[in-house]
Amino acid sequence: MRILLLALRRAASSLPTLLILLIGLFLLLQLAPGDTVDALVAQIGGGDPKMIEELRRFYGLDVSVAVQLGRYVWRLLQLDLGFSAIYGKPVSAVILERLPATLLLMGSSLSFAFAAGMALGVFSARRVNKWPDTIISTLGLVFYATPSFWFGLMGIVIFAVHLGWLPAGGLEEIGAGYTGLRRILDIAWHLVLPTLTLALIFLATYLRIMRASMLEVLTLDFVRTARAKGLSPGRVVSRHVLRNALLPMVTLIGLQAGTMLGGSVVVESVFALPGLGRLAYEAVVQRDLNTLLGIVFVSALLVIAVNFIVDILYARLDPRIVT
Amino acid sequence: MSAVLSIEALTVALPPGADRPHALEDVTLGLNANEILCVVGESGSGKSMTAGAILGLLPEGVHATAGRVILDGRDLLTMTEEQLQKIRGARIGMIFQEPMTALNPLRTIGDQIGEMFRIHTPLGKAEIENQVLGLLRDVHIPDPEAARRAYPHELSGGQRQRAMIAMALALEPRVLIADEPTTALDVTTQAQILKLIRELQQRKGTAVLFITHDFGVVAEIADRVAVMQRGKVVEEGRADEVLNRPRHPYTRALIAAVPPLAPPPPKVVTGEPVLRIEHVSKTYRKGGLLSRNKRVTHAVKDATLSLPHGGTLGIVGESGSGKSTLARCIVRLLDPDSGSILLGGKDLARLSRAEMRAETRNIQMVFQDPFASLNPRRKAGELVAQGPMVHGEGRAKALARAKELFALVGLDPNATERYPHEFSGGQRQRIGLARALALEPKVLVADEPVSALDVSVQAQVLRLLADLRERLGLSMVFITHDLRVAAQICDRIAVMKEGVVVEEGPTAEVFTAPRHPYTQALLASVPGRTWTPPVSPDAAAEPSRPSAEPALAP
Repeated sequence: MRILLLALRRAASSLPTLLILLIGLFLLLQLAPGDTVDALVAQIGGGDPKMIEELRRFYGLDVSVAVQLGRYVWRLLQLDLGFSAIYGKPVSAVILERLPATLLLMGSSLSFAFAAGMALGVFSARRVNKWPDTIISTLGLVFYATPSFWFGLMGIVIFAVHLGWLPAGGLEEIGAGYTGLRRILDIAWHLVLPTLTLALIFLATYLRIMRASMLEVLTLDFVRTARAKGLSPGRVVSRHVLRNALLPMVTLIGLQAGTMLGGSVVVESVFALPGLGRLAYEAVVQRDLNTLLGIVFVSALLVIAVNFIVDILYARLDPRIVT
Repeated sequence: MSAVLSIEALTVALPPGADRPHALEDVTLGLNANEILCVVGESGSGKSMTAGAILGLLPEGVHATAGRVILDGRDLLTMTEEQLQKIRGARIGMIFQEPMTALNPLRTIGDQIGEMFRIHTPLGKAEIENQVLGLLRDVHIPDPEAARRAYPHELSGGQRQRAMIAMALALEPRVLIADEPTTALDVTTQAQILKLIRELQQRKGTAVLFITHDFGVVAEIADRVAVMQRGKVVEEGRADEVLNRPRHPYTRALIAAVPPLAPPPPKVVTGEPVLRIEHVSKTYRKGGLLSRNKRVTHAVKDATLSLPHGGTLGIVGESGSGKSTLARCIVRLLDPDSGSILLGGKDLARLSRAEMRAETRNIQMVFQDPFASLNPRRKAGELVAQGPMVHGEGRAKALARAKELFALVGLDPNATERYPHEFSGGQRQRIGLARALALEPKVLVADEPVSALDVSVQAQVLRLLADLRERLGLSMVFITHDLRVAAQICDRIAVMKEGVVVEEGPTAEVFTAPRHPYTQALLASVPGRTWTPPVSPDAAAEPSRPSAEPALAP
């Protein structure tokens, strides 16, 4: 009941966020010179003013900005993302095509970064200031300080070009026509390098937070109580310290979901993955306002959804949270 | 009677660089079955280290270098970690000071008590559940079934401590170590918990090692007493002996510092009221527009009090009684909802922010926590000079004045160049006093100014306060939860309960003939109320209101 109430409240409070975001972006894009029709006409090599005017009317660009915005928000309320002039099909179709790759990449990176960061952080904290801790902490700093595109490129050079163990890019073997399990394995194999590339920076953050959080919880009174009860050190960590130390980690997931979506633009470009990040880049270049707004809408939904799940998870973990 | 647990010539070394080489030096103590041995001492005396050494739970870098700790004929110090884990909890139970933090906030009470059985016994789930319920009943928790499913934050401090005791006694250990188990509790709750420990100890014949700094608690519960000073046991004996006929000078000094519960002969305060608090109310509202659980707390309800010129008005009460809220309203750190606060013809409650800032010259506050209430990044002298500088005094003049104030509160005037962390707790409270006095206020509002201090330091600061009041003609509002302290320093006492002033009158009257049932309950809960600290020959030589002791060596 407590959690259901919390869920409803959080859901309600995220709606204004979404609206402000969309309106802000819509207005911002109006300030950029040129519109869809300009880009379209440039692509087909020019046209007479009458046709351009015709096109503007067709895409609804001949009315004032306020009316355009009003129409857009109204269509959104009906879950209609509009029509992409550049791709020649509904924006929702364009986005749905690209969404799975991004979701896969984000999901796998987030899981990997969280799991590995947590494990290394716990390991590090239990051997604090001894050599394993020093090595892990240094490695974490290296991951954190290196830009992800460099990791991606080096990964391609070493594992794809020199060793030939992993594919250099793409989501799957095109034209191989794999189905079922074989296809899943193929996609997983293609995602190893991109996932690692995107995850390393986040792994470093999780590692440091987990280590610090473990060390802090280990000094708390109830840990002393647990030891005085006769629990073994391993059990003290697993039964009493871990869950308390996880709380800041969970918060961090929510904060980083957005950053990770941004990071995936770079990784998708490096590994030629057909994801949302690259679509967004192309949409900006081509002044494809509808597609871009659609992407922002979907990304915002994604981030809000992740934060929503994080909030619920947090409430599950910590009984002290009240709606 | 043979000892259940005996500590023989135990020496515990501190890591190099500590203020002394040994945390414990040559400590020998015997704990018999069916008795309560109180280990008493000030902070840093090594009393908690003794408990840690017995259980093998010493901090990193601290370890026993000599001696033995014998339980049932086996030396605990030579045991491996695995062997010790079988002793902890099962053979030696432990209760800690802070019931708020000593329990895991994310797991239910029942789960945490049940863990004792899960790790030490092969009992099944249903059987454990029964045992836990039985234990919670034993410690008289209201509604044990609900308490079992509750998380720690859902229980009150006293209930948490009861749960803690239930956990420590789950496996009926022969030895129970209680490390300041009632220090964080209110006085009425403390009385109940002490009674509970005594009851369970007698029923089960447990040997209890009770660590405390409070001689009142010792008088209440101890069979035998060991007094510790800087890692050594300086005196040990039957409670009656040590409390009433202390032999060691340190014990005598400690006991002389305990304020007696009987108030001194009343001082005649004839002055006109300098501060009048009339019908002051303050309400806290929790939760905003969207929040589901709005809560309104009446922190102070219609309080009317007056402070005579040159007098001290004590406000006593338990946590949550609204005494601190009232203090904050008086100096306008909080804005009262209604009522007036009249100081020298002005109603502080009606002043604007800017007017109030000017008025702070006349009324100043001293805070409880000398560690947290001083900005650690600024020099002590600057902290004291800040007030006058805000009110337009030149920097050089204000700093020179700070030096004078340091001398006034018994600090080395050259210490103004130091940072707060370089001072001890008592010295920091003196800085806090100097800061408040820098503006030469007419009224000083002191919110628990001695509660965080050791008893001997507390006595010094109280003497200083009394002396300053005399010399500077200060009037003081003194907030405290400690009735012994209130008895010694206050001319009038107001008792608060749930935001309401339930009784107000001259100190001697309130203490000897309390009218309100709550005042009576409070007085009946003071630990060791039947014990009057003996006046030792060396303490009797001092005048009853002595001048400030000489400046502390830096």
